[in-house]
Amino acid sequence: MAKGSQTGKSRQRREGAISFFFFFVALTSITILTLIVVFLFWEGLPIFSKVSVHDFLFGRYWYPTDDPADFGIFSLIVASLAVTAMSAVISIPLGVMTALYLAESASARLREWVKPIVELLAALPSVVIGFFGMVIVAPFLQEIFDIPTGLNLFNASLMLAFMSVPTICSISEDAIYSVPLELKEASLALGAPQWETIARVILPASLSGISTAIILGMSRAIGETMVVLMIAGGAAQLPSSIFDPVRPMPASIAAEMAEAPFRSDHYYALFATGVVLFVFTLLFNLVSEHISNKYRQVGAATL
Amino acid sequence: MEHSLKIKIKNLDFYYGDFKALHDISMDIYANQVTAFIGPSGCGKSTLLRCLNRMNDLIPIIRVEGQILPDDQNINDPNVDVVTLRHNVGMVFQKPNPFPKSIFENVAYGLRVNGIKDKAYIANQVEKSLIQAAIWDEVKDRIHDSALGLSGGQQQRLCIARALAIEPEVVLMDEPASALDPIATQKIEELIHQLKKSYTIIIVTHNMQQAARVSDITAFFYLGKLIEVDDTKTLFTKPKLQQTEDYITGRFG
Repeated sequence: MAKGSQTGKSRQRREGAISFFFFFVALTSITILTLIVVFLFWEGLPIFSKVSVHDFLFGRYWYPTDDPADFGIFSLIVASLAVTAMSAVISIPLGVMTALYLAESASARLREWVKPIVELLAALPSVVIGFFGMVIVAPFLQEIFDIPTGLNLFNASLMLAFMSVPTICSISEDAIYSVPLELKEASLALGAPQWETIARVILPASLSGISTAIILGMSRAIGETMVVLMIAGGAAQLPSSIFDPVRPMPASIAAEMAEAPFRSDHYYALFATGVVLFVFTLLFNLVSEHISNKYRQVGAATL
Repeated sequence: MEHSLKIKIKNLDFYYGDFKALHDISMDIYANQVTAFIGPSGCGKSTLLRCLNRMNDLIPIIRVEGQILPDDQNINDPNVDVVTLRHNVGMVFQKPNPFPKSIFENVAYGLRVNGIKDKAYIANQVEKSLIQAAIWDEVKDRIHDSALGLSGGQQQRLCIARALAIEPEVVLMDEPASALDPIATQKIEELIHQLKKSYTIIIVTHNMQQAARVSDITAFFYLGKLIEVDDTKTLFTKPKLQQTEDYITGRFG
């Protein structure tokens, strides 16, 4: 009896130690992430003693090394949004329709083959995609559209779309495939043809998963640095056509950070650009969270 | 038998890949009667039921031989339009499976997918079906609320209403009460009694008392074979075969 209670106590102590250990590990990673965010703001905010928030966000001119320097990132923001929006226009239909085909139409064997291949595409390093865009797509675009440079908004969007398609397709496919068979059968048994079943039952039921897939794919596009650095063209200007070169925020930060003197205004301005980028990706994530809660995937009818 | 012949199943064999799930089934189904399929799990009763609206088509490896003839047409003929067939042969599933839509939209679904746009007709048909399925009084005040907020028994009656809305001639029920409590089950059974006035009903059930209570004709299946089919009363009181008697008295199953 006494022995039993003793082992009970030591077991409790061990359980306590283990749970403390996990708490500690979790705390460490959260603390480090928090510190990175704090650091980002710490290094970014000083620029606003030189430039007002409004001028920084909506200023048309980004001449950080001129004297006096201009720190207006409006054209960088527009470039980021334009590249993301355009890549979404390409990648969403491609990704979702591929997913629909794989989940609803393709034979089981084809699905088993194609899905891993699509997922493997997500593993392509972005520098490889950038390189491909640079040496293959850019000259091609230049030639067929007869434009001064193939390194532009359109090319960057196209390459970003190819980076998002695997994410969008794979996660959407999971969502579509997991729509309960009961719902599909209910629709078919009422005499609905397959495409009506897809449009009226399967798509609405998997909307939350598809939205999450789209947002994840788009977050990948908005934060992506290497591709836009290599093929967006790098001109800090407001684009007037989809074939204009642009300079999205990540490209600007990556290209200039090494040359900006430590704790100079330029350095602070780049960190502040990072803050803006961070706010954008945060918004993306909040929206996706909201959507996936609102259209929560509906399981089979519950009793 | 004064009821007219509705479906004639003739020498039906059914395969899942290499596995022969149904052996040479032949039987008649009569209009405005409740026919019950009973038998232990895996005896093929649900498979046979799902042959009647070609629901098995969803499984890619099946093969069907033999004939099912509702109104003198073989439904396994490749020329038969499955969509039309399913308009005539509605189905209620084992688990209530309402769509994640409003109660109204659930019932209207079958009409909408058939291209009906007349709002007044749809509203009228929805109300009529909900009344027929004995659930109108419970839902009339919240007809635009989500169907998922209903209880299991209500959901199942909603699914019955949904099947009735497109005015099928035959209604297949695959263990419609097996997921429900006794009170909800009783309501479904009363409903089946009402519905046979206008529809031909085929019900698969595990529950022999249920078969005895609701059906006019009972067919007993075992290992993919139709063992015995007769008037429900006769089958349950004076079965011709020892095997049937053993099953209905609970000696095996």
